[in-house]
Amino acid sequence: MSAEPHYTLYHPRWYRRRVSVWWWLRKWSYAGFVLRELTSVFVAFFAVVFLWQLWAVAQGPEAYTQFLARLKTPLFFVLDTVAFLFVLFHAVTWFNLTPKAMVVRLRGTRVPDAVIIGLNYAAWLVLSGAVAFVLLRA
Amino acid sequence: MPSSLALTVARYRPERESEPSFQTYEIPFRKDWVVLDALNYVKDSLDGSLSFRWSCRMGVCGSCGMKVNGTPKLTCATFLADYAPGPVRVEPLDYFPVVRDLVVDLTDFVRKLKHVKPWIIRDEEKPPSEGEYLQTPEQLDTYKQFSMCINCMLCYSACPIYGLEPGFIGPAAVALAQRYNMDSRDQGAGERLKILSAHDGLWQCTFVGECTKVCPKHVDPAGAIQQYKLTAATHWIKSLLLPWGTR
Repeated sequence: MSAEPHYTLYHPRWYRRRVSVWWWLRKWSYAGFVLRELTSVFVAFFAVVFLWQLWAVAQGPEAYTQFLARLKTPLFFVLDTVAFLFVLFHAVTWFNLTPKAMVVRLRGTRVPDAVIIGLNYAAWLVLSGAVAFVLLRA
Repeated sequence: MPSSLALTVARYRPERESEPSFQTYEIPFRKDWVVLDALNYVKDSLDGSLSFRWSCRMGVCGSCGMKVNGTPKLTCATFLADYAPGPVRVEPLDYFPVVRDLVVDLTDFVRKLKHVKPWIIRDEEKPPSEGEYLQTPEQLDTYKQFSMCINCMLCYSACPIYGLEPGFIGPAAVALAQRYNMDSRDQGAGERLKILSAHDGLWQCTFVGECTKVCPKHVDPAGAIQQYKLTAATHWIKSLLLPWGTR
């Protein structure tokens, strides 16, 4: 036999392509997906800062002033800004995806996607307004 | 309008080469030609050795799925004019083993499809003398979209999760399971829940959403998976709270 690739009749030699490590750079939608997954890190970052804040409050006024001073450093300003942008991306992308997971039927017809997305944004606004009201009242 | 167009086609001849290469053919450009017409022109007039699958030429059989310029497409519904002046690059679908040229092996999907029991399951069949199972247009409407799937495999080829985790049950299989779960005549949702919420089931999906974008029949497999995640999660919470009442 020749030195050509081994081939058996009825048992094709399949070619399997390996998935590149850089698959997510092939398309903007893939990159957007990976970015959305990454946003969870920044959501966790906000949660950790919040826990730190609670801890500082529990320690007393001195610790809390120190905590506030830390937050005002340029490092935290940059970190917070980046984290805020990612959290915003997280909220917007997930809100836009809700109608895919939630199908609401009213009187036999499907509620349009835009209505479900709109209601999510409305709830977001109302809750943010309520939080702002409680915080700014003092 | 160009008079001809360069069609670059992936070739893989396992008896001759150990990995695919590309071959370019100069084909006449015609406004009414789809990519499949161009491939058939190559096969008939230029190179009879080119292998690819096709059957109905009208977006019903789901045989002619290939990657056109990097995107999974039904080649019978993809006009050359949309890619003029070219070149047009045709490759086999991603993540399936290539048998020859543009032909991929779909055994994995067929096995997975059978696994989700895509048929009407009844606890007890009623005898034919009692007549058919009736269904209202509203009941039909809840699952009709998912029943449009033609198993063309474009969604698998668009799903990076399937590429990275070949065990993943995949978009079309879940959409078709959901087609039967939502059918008012079916009583097999409990059986399918066990299969779909298993390790390689729907939780592998992290909602990239590309499957829905490439679907030529507007089945929305990504939607089917997310809706089913909600059902599975609700069921799980119920089983925690009411361990005796979740059948």
